[in-house]
Amino acid sequence: MINITSLAPLAVVLPFLGAAITFVLIRHPRAQRAVSITLLSVTISLEVVLLALIWGSGPQSVNLGGWLPPWGIVMVVDQFSSLMLVVSSAVSLAVLIYATGQGVADRDEDGPVSIFHPTYLILVAGVSNAFLSGDLFNLYVGFEILLTASYVLMTLGGTGPRIRAGVTYAVVSVVSSLLFLIAIAMIYGATGTVNMADLSIKLAELDPGTQNMLHLMLLVAFGIKAAVFPLSFWLPDSYPTAPAPVTAVFAGLLTKVGVYAIVRTETLLFPGDRLNGLLMVAAALTMIVGILGALAQTDIKRMLSFTLVSHIGFMMFGLAVSTVVGLGATVYYVVHHITIQTSLFLVAGLIERRGGTASIDRLGGLARLSPLLGVLYLVPALNLGGIPPFSGFLGKLGLLQAGIELGTPLAYVLVVSAVLVSLLTLLAMVRVWNRAFWRRPEDAEYPDPVLLAVKNDGSAVRTSADVSGDGNGRPSSKEEIPLLPGAMVGATIGLVAMGVALTVFAGPLFELSDAAARGMLERVPYIEAVLGEGAAG
Amino acid sequence: MSVNFTLLIVMGALFATGIYLLLERSLTRVLLGIILLANGVNILLLNTGGFAGPAPLYEENIPADAYNDPLPQAMILTSIVISFAITAFLLGIIYRSWVIGRQDEVQDDIEDRRVASQGSYVAEDDADVPLETSEFSGPDNLDEKEETPGNRNPKESGR
Repeated sequence: MINITSLAPLAVVLPFLGAAITFVLIRHPRAQRAVSITLLSVTISLEVVLLALIWGSGPQSVNLGGWLPPWGIVMVVDQFSSLMLVVSSAVSLAVLIYATGQGVADRDEDGPVSIFHPTYLILVAGVSNAFLSGDLFNLYVGFEILLTASYVLMTLGGTGPRIRAGVTYAVVSVVSSLLFLIAIAMIYGATGTVNMADLSIKLAELDPGTQNMLHLMLLVAFGIKAAVFPLSFWLPDSYPTAPAPVTAVFAGLLTKVGVYAIVRTETLLFPGDRLNGLLMVAAALTMIVGILGALAQTDIKRMLSFTLVSHIGFMMFGLAVSTVVGLGATVYYVVHHITIQTSLFLVAGLIERRGGTASIDRLGGLARLSPLLGVLYLVPALNLGGIPPFSGFLGKLGLLQAGIELGTPLAYVLVVSAVLVSLLTLLAMVRVWNRAFWRRPEDAEYPDPVLLAVKNDGSAVRTSADVSGDGNGRPSSKEEIPLLPGAMVGATIGLVAMGVALTVFAGPLFELSDAAARGMLERVPYIEAVLGEGAAG
Repeated sequence: MSVNFTLLIVMGALFATGIYLLLERSLTRVLLGIILLANGVNILLLNTGGFAGPAPLYEENIPADAYNDPLPQAMILTSIVISFAITAFLLGIIYRSWVIGRQDEVQDDIEDRRVASQGSYVAEDDADVPLETSEFSGPDNLDEKEETPGNRNPKESGR
């Protein structure tokens, strides 16, 4: 009988296959859409099966090409990676439907150009590869796959602002990848292996000074990708200019892959608490600086990008505490944040369509124009701010618990700043709510004509006369374009509902994330899954 | 294990010039810097393979530890392919940047400039600022206002 786990590489192969097929079908947008949505759905069902299998048992590994570890490339499926796979693919599917909805509504003029589908699927494959990789160099390759796809998505359409942001983004990412590669070279020079399970044994035998240097090299490289404070400068600059669905998927997934890599570094490669103090300081600064940046913004997408940076700090918090409770809360928080941040960016895209702009100074009265949009914004916004009983509250509660259990002065500083940052997040979210949704449209400064359009019975359409120059170089169209197309709203509803489901099923999820954290801190199951029984001894 | 000194010198020179070029504001120089850095990293990878030895094809009279280590070379090959693709892409967007704006320099983030120039910005107070402080006279002139993404002219708001 075939072992289901050995199908894990399909999570990478299927999106690649989809990318190839959609690239061939580049002249047939309808077929492209069907292929990419079908293949992504198949991938998700496979990953759900994997998660169900792994849930009860420990980690399992797949040797690619029949090469035995530590020489060949291995893919490792454990609770954390399979959970991340399921969540990331589900979010990708929602964003894909949203993007195709936008493309259909706009007659393919603004959103997804024909290259979108292949590139997007390659991005998904890269993310899956990074999550599954049990090998440092394969992790690098996974990062490169997703980054290269993200450069293309970031500059989609090639308009001025996107090229400007894309150049910064690409240069920063390339530099971080080079740092990662330097770290890999040094680690290989020191230990003679790049297999992570093998490394976790061999790195511990090195001189502590060398260990620290290698550890810091990896942390800096991943810190840039995860946007941890001193290395987060590039994110709010580049993310907001990309098309709405692209920003949403970047915000949800790309930084989390960096966080995932940091978690693996901290638990598997360099266990122990040598750098935990440094991580705590970085976590506190990321939270505070990020949210202060968010409060200064008037553009919703930029504001959300800053809150994204800020909430990376929460994940670093649980990781720096590095107890089962803390790490479990981090795992839960990563899942929560992927879902919530992506849905908020999708809603921001809808707001921009409906209100003609993403600047909160120029928005108003959206709650009356579209109550559904109001609900779609408010639920994830309160969730992000950590209002009980939502999943943001539960995740933060876990983190605070872990911080208080640890009880060091630095941990208390972190606990206090986490509470403060939650309040400030709520403030930033409510500011958007008060201005964009609550006040009358007439009170907005220079509201967009589309906002004041008389024919606002919910199913209002905009014509070329109403199309505004919103800075994205949106070409005007002679045809009537629906403001809130069904597929876009449907995808957003799906994602918001998934965020609510994280609250409803918090019990089993927390159980799973605690089990994942326990497995990662023990390390032995992971190492034995890769290298065989008794290897960790 | 001996280290190839020439390779180390070359690597150091590539890193130094690469980082210097990376810090320039001109995009083509940044690209050149990235190319040099990537090659420097490749040489570092080559160094980690240790001494040069015969190709790792099995022969009976060569002892196992005399062969060259093939893994770093496989990694270099991967990294060359990746940096090749990224160089091509960066050249593409730099050219595009030149076509669009005749710009070969890293540009500032406009929205960031605007937020920074706001001075002590109090959202609630500023929302009540009468519209006359702007050069636009309000709702009548909506079409003109479309060109400015912000709420009002940044020069005038920096009181």
